[in-house]
Amino acid sequence: MHDMSAHAAQHHAPPTSFIRKYVFSLDHKVIGKQYYGLALVAALCGMVLSWMMRIHLGWTNAAIPGLQLLSKTGAPGGVMTPEYYLQLMTMHGTIMVFFVLTTAPFAAFGNFFLPIQVGAEDMPFPRFNMMSFWVTFVAFVVLMSSFVLGDGPTLGGWTQYAPLNAVGSVAGPGQGLGVVLWMISIALFCVGQLLGALNFITTTLDLRVKGMSLMRLPLSAWAWFITSCMGLTAFSVLFPACILVILDHVAGTSFFVASNLVLNDQLQPHSGGSTLLWQHLFWFFGHPEVYIAIVPGIGIVSHILITSMRKPMLSQRVLIYCMGALAVLSYGVYGHHMFVSGMNPFSALAFSFPTLVITIPATIVVLIWVFSLYGANLRINSASLFALGFISMFVSGGVSGFFLAQPSIDIMLHATYFVVGHFHMVMGVAAMFGIFAATYFWAPKMFGRMMNETLGRIHFWLSFVGTYCIFMPFHYLGMAGNIRRYSSFPDDYLQPLIPVHRLITVAALITGAAQLIFVYNLIHSRFWGKPATDNPWEATSLEWSTATPPPWDNFGGKYPVVYHDPYQYGVKSSVGDYVMQASPEQVKTDHDEK
Amino acid sequence: MATTIHEPPQIEPDRLPDHGHSGNGGWRNLVPADGDLRVTQDYSPPPSSTAIWVVLFAVTMMFAAFTSALFVRKGSSLDWQTFTLPSILYFNTLLLVASSVTLEISRRRVATYMGGLKSQVKSPARWLYITLFLGLLFVAGQYVAWLQLRAEGLYLATNPSSSFFYLLTATHALHVLGGLGGLIYVIRKLSKSALRRNQLVATARYWHFMGILWLYLLLLLWIKL
Repeated sequence: MHDMSAHAAQHHAPPTSFIRKYVFSLDHKVIGKQYYGLALVAALCGMVLSWMMRIHLGWTNAAIPGLQLLSKTGAPGGVMTPEYYLQLMTMHGTIMVFFVLTTAPFAAFGNFFLPIQVGAEDMPFPRFNMMSFWVTFVAFVVLMSSFVLGDGPTLGGWTQYAPLNAVGSVAGPGQGLGVVLWMISIALFCVGQLLGALNFITTTLDLRVKGMSLMRLPLSAWAWFITSCMGLTAFSVLFPACILVILDHVAGTSFFVASNLVLNDQLQPHSGGSTLLWQHLFWFFGHPEVYIAIVPGIGIVSHILITSMRKPMLSQRVLIYCMGALAVLSYGVYGHHMFVSGMNPFSALAFSFPTLVITIPATIVVLIWVFSLYGANLRINSASLFALGFISMFVSGGVSGFFLAQPSIDIMLHATYFVVGHFHMVMGVAAMFGIFAATYFWAPKMFGRMMNETLGRIHFWLSFVGTYCIFMPFHYLGMAGNIRRYSSFPDDYLQPLIPVHRLITVAALITGAAQLIFVYNLIHSRFWGKPATDNPWEATSLEWSTATPPPWDNFGGKYPVVYHDPYQYGVKSSVGDYVMQASPEQVKTDHDEK
Repeated sequence: MATTIHEPPQIEPDRLPDHGHSGNGGWRNLVPADGDLRVTQDYSPPPSSTAIWVVLFAVTMMFAAFTSALFVRKGSSLDWQTFTLPSILYFNTLLLVASSVTLEISRRRVATYMGGLKSQVKSPARWLYITLFLGLLFVAGQYVAWLQLRAEGLYLATNPSSSFFYLLTATHALHVLGGLGGLIYVIRKLSKSALRRNQLVATARYWHFMGILWLYLLLLLWIKL
């Protein structure tokens, strides 16, 4: 039985008022859905921004109707200025990395399902949990407000490099108030995620139900736990870095601005700051951040594939160790973003080696998936299709990383479209596919209704083909020398590449439109979808033991007892080819040696 | 369907796992040799205990980031001006260490009180109030230190060394204020006799950590500034 204090801490009365039920809710399930809604809105904003970027790249002088309403100075007559392109690009990256890729796989699905998968009634600190969502929400509002306040959003990229992030408006539109708003928004985001990580870690370690040893946790639960440990370490470093930049802006300090810097013919009133310091602090956070974006997807995809294959992975234990190895090693590789920053070439070697080593656990994970899939009778549905798509994207995007990991090659490829193609595929698309897979898989449990399978398959095939059409050519562009973060390419040597850009733009617009099928499916199914049974996928983990949708205290006042590992599939039991984790039934598995 | 609680099933001895080889597809050690299906201990630590370590880890990482910023900034510039630390800082340190001692005294008294021997402890919150007072004095003393620096003409942006002084001491003081909030919460809970042991343990751990952190910061400032 739980320690009584542990039990009492997370116990809260069922909500009665509308505000308590749907707005300021203490229930982790509502908070998870709120995070999902935020991520959905953010993803749509980020996608529209990418459309505007792509149109400008293909047709530089074209007028985008209505853009002048968003910014008169940034897009006079609808034609984007180069500065405004950079501003839109910055917001695209910031919104997508923080408010979609960190929020949806980790905060949204993790909040909803981690307590249920460990057998708990709720997280141990529901008030902190509620605070974490609303702080993240305020962070999003602050970020979006930079579109309409001052002279627009910051233009320094989601990486916000010094010194341009610290010198103020002399560096361009949005570099004054825009940067301060960005830093405040991200600092708030860090606080929200730290509060979330607190809850995730304590839930996993302290609230597991009887019989649920750590090794009996489903892979998705392990992924969320490992991600929250990474988040705890990484966001605690980004937060002070943002504070230092805000101080450079408002208090006249010089943490990041070097002496004798002349911008726009003006000598900057700063002394002796370290420009590279920002890169160290940012990338110490930034590299674990991209693993925070992908590790939940690894866990979720493993979980879904096992259910669809009707057999466990070749080694669950190794998958867990590999996810842990990715987390630990991620802190030692951050310098690979700084190979051409002017730091000591020996340190480039020191970062290149762990970058190549970190491919080992990632490869092991992929090989376990592939070899587990071999010979499996996979049940094909939207969720398992997107899970397979995740593997495809992760591999396709990941292999380009081998090239970037080597400083000598990176000198040519740094800041080209090769890098952009790499991270979009391995992190952007793969994590999105993970989010889609999780949505199709868990929507029945979250909303009590099945999503439309036909629309799901159409969504998958259009997205799969579409994202390959968008991002594969990026690698070619990069190798041809196409620089990133340029709003247009007037140089002669890049002119032959413009048709490639236009092709990509067309693919992007079509793929973007395909996402609207998903949004329609989600909203339509939420209200008018086929009602779901408690366990439509015949799955074994604890979330499928409870009602659909789960009651406010997850298990109806009772606590499940766990008798098995989470993936007893491919067996002959009284209910079919699976044994649920909470079922006391003992069956002979293929792995029994007696 | 909703879960039901079942009796543990009887397992035949020949279905118990063999520890000689991997057994059960790699799931060794999930069922211990004596046959009890329940692997985990029945006791798990209260979440506040784990939580406070999580919080302390996050705070440590934040000050680690500030420390590395200090080292890099000092190393990258020629304009670093060292200055003598205001002497009141040492007095403040004594206050903070004393507050940790008084907090430990109060823990024992509260434990006696909440443990049922209420008659032996007249005012269980007295030493908590003393700790609170010492903590407030510490924060006030830090403010006096800032005033002293300002009197010498050293403001936040005057020099990188002063920037870091204000930054580190102010951040620490803000965290101490958070700890004071925790102490007030504990005092209020105690007055309603609703204080749980792990709440006081967590608050005390945080408070002692603030003391240790301050000793580290003082050493850092003394060496580097």
